[in-house]
Amino acid sequence: MLITETIAWLSDPAHWSGPNGIPNRLGEHVALSAVSLLIAMAIALPIGLYIGHTNRGAAVAVNSANLWRSLPSLAVIAIVLPITAAIDPQAGFRFYPTVVAMVVLAVPPILVNTFAGIRGVDPDLVEAGRGQGMTALQVLTKIEIPLAIPVIIAGIRSGAVQIIATATLGAIFGFGALGRYLVDGVSQFDTGQIVGGAVLVAGLAIVTELLFAGIQRVLTPRGIRGDPSAAAISA
Amino acid sequence: MELTGDAAWLVDHLDELAYRTFQHLLLATIAVAVGLALSFPLAIVAVRRRATYAPILAVSDLLYTIPSLAVFAALVSVTGISLLTVEIPLVMYTLVIFVRNIAAGFDSVPGDVLEAANGLGYTSAQRLWRVEVPLAVPLIMAGLRLAAVSTIGLVTITSILGDGFGGLGFFILEGYRRSFPLELYFGAIPSILLAFAVDAALVRVQRAITPWARTQAEVA
Repeated sequence: MLITETIAWLSDPAHWSGPNGIPNRLGEHVALSAVSLLIAMAIALPIGLYIGHTNRGAAVAVNSANLWRSLPSLAVIAIVLPITAAIDPQAGFRFYPTVVAMVVLAVPPILVNTFAGIRGVDPDLVEAGRGQGMTALQVLTKIEIPLAIPVIIAGIRSGAVQIIATATLGAIFGFGALGRYLVDGVSQFDTGQIVGGAVLVAGLAIVTELLFAGIQRVLTPRGIRGDPSAAAISA
Repeated sequence: MELTGDAAWLVDHLDELAYRTFQHLLLATIAVAVGLALSFPLAIVAVRRRATYAPILAVSDLLYTIPSLAVFAALVSVTGISLLTVEIPLVMYTLVIFVRNIAAGFDSVPGDVLEAANGLGYTSAQRLWRVEVPLAVPLIMAGLRLAAVSTIGLVTITSILGDGFGGLGFFILEGYRRSFPLELYFGAIPSILLAFAVDAALVRVQRAITPWARTQAEVA
């Protein structure tokens, strides 16, 4: 019954076209997630690299990342909503509050992993680089980042998957994306729609996991591939 | 002096704020307690029977990709609007955190220490409770903090199940539906403060029960 209802909902051609169709909602979900992830990366990567490289402000950054992590996403959306709605009554109501909450969600894992990845690089290697006359920037880009890349990507992957699952909350406050099916399914007592929506979200999350696993494999320098300790830390 | 407008609304709803805060903590506490109790045996199985370690973690990772909103919503057709519908997903998400952290905690106990306990003639139950569990406490507590804080966040979402649940999330949803920002904040800000307060309290508990880790933690 649950499974047949879900299959029936997913295979109904009416659900595959128009603004409330699966392709459009999926596109909205991917767009929202990608924008949020890029903003989170733009914030977290430079800070993580800086404190990992200099070890300055590490305690403050990691503690505040942990504090950020405890912010309930629904509460963040709720707090941002009246502000963005006042600035932009059209899009401000729907898109931005969810983006802000998703950025808040994804910054901690990316920041903590970037910091931990850079800190985890063997100090002897950094020392050797300096000994060869490398500048601080060269040490960072030629030694620290390549060696930390598996851990950094693991943090981005974790942030991406959390965003995809949590971005559904925007639908409670009128935003579209795949969360629409969950919220509408509840108000219409339509279990097929709820589970169908959940399957789409989980599917997208799994595809994202696989995508990042691939990126991780490609970007990991050949010398440290297959080193299990390299990818062990994950937030 | 007669209070008017927003101030009067706030004062009028302080009782309800106290009740919703209590409900929030109660719903979260039940989930965390049940989750902790269930994940102990699972973590022990994962660590003792190596072959099960990866599958147990893989299943728990998979659970994390399912949006909580969907689990709450889908369960309504099975368990109705009830405490079970609230608690089953909450417990499920704590399991993901607990099993991983408890298993890692047991894993972090050095082999030499286990050997020494065996050499002293500890039975496996004694070794578990007197050696492995105490040494795993820092990682278990880290899991407890994460589970408690994320459960407090998830409880706000249970407000979609109606007025009977949701804790402080009730005000968030009602404030949105009535386009009343004050009520939105009346739910959102206390729920954030509640998460911070519980996290801070658990840090204190962690320090109190692991005095030997204190110096290390402060250096790191």
